[in-house]
Amino acid sequence: MIRRLMLAVAVAALPLAVLATDARRDAILADYAAKSRAADPSAPAFSAQRGETLFRTKWTGGDPRTASCTACHTADPRVPGQNAKTGRPIEPVAVSVNPKRFTDPATVEKQFTRDCRSVLGRDCTPFEKGNYITFMAGQ
Amino acid sequence: MRPLTPTLALLAALLLLASPASAGNDWMPPVRDATVQKECGTCHMAFQPGFLPARSWTHLMGSLADHFGEDASLPDDKIAIIRAYLTANAGDVVNQGRAARYMQWVAPGGTPQRITENPDFLRKHHFADSVWKDPKVVTKSNCAACHSGAERGLYK
Repeated sequence: MIRRLMLAVAVAALPLAVLATDARRDAILADYAAKSRAADPSAPAFSAQRGETLFRTKWTGGDPRTASCTACHTADPRVPGQNAKTGRPIEPVAVSVNPKRFTDPATVEKQFTRDCRSVLGRDCTPFEKGNYITFMAGQ
Repeated sequence: MRPLTPTLALLAALLLLASPASAGNDWMPPVRDATVQKECGTCHMAFQPGFLPARSWTHLMGSLADHFGEDASLPDDKIAIIRAYLTANAGDVVNQGRAARYMQWVAPGGTPQRITENPDFLRKHHFADSVWKDPKVVTKSNCAACHSGAERGLYK
């Protein structure tokens, strides 16, 4: 019984330890989740793994200078990146080292719009955006 | 208290000379508006408005959907704030120091868009290709790659 309780506490505390939680980020994720379900009622829950695949995939539809997210953000989202077109330094995307990330809805939406068109050559779906944030929140 | 030694006095004088208020001809008034800093300074440095005349900024803020090949669209309210700041602090408004030097190359009524094409820029940037292709530089518009004080308007 006690062991089960301890396990329950540990499991409940897990997201706090693993994911840097922020009410504003949670709200952004909830919004993308609602939009994702509206587009496809059978859409699964967001997954960090899907987000990581999105992050690392080399696309062919966008600007060749930004074939993947890693072109600017490097293969490690915990380190600073550099805009591949302008040379401008970019703060890390990983929430663990940059807790401000994904906390302002307008900024998040603007950046997804610009970056998805540049990298993928199209807008990202709410499902993709949610996966991406979920991945970065655990990084 | 001991009087300042000549060396210290010289140092103090040099420091004074290096401060923006007295940097004189080389200084470009930096961007002091938070919206301009954020919206214009994410993908590239928020370039000081003194480098272009007001009509250039008006044109630029009206064509953000094709911003040097990029879609840099912004909401109308943000555009209005940024355009007001850039035109109020444009080169032909400031018209002194470095801004005046840039403006002397702008044709009457001309609307240049690239600061890096101004002869005053060009005459100081004769570098080998290898310099421009340095991974830290990437583009000619990446002022801060070499000018550590660029954001503060110091281009020494």
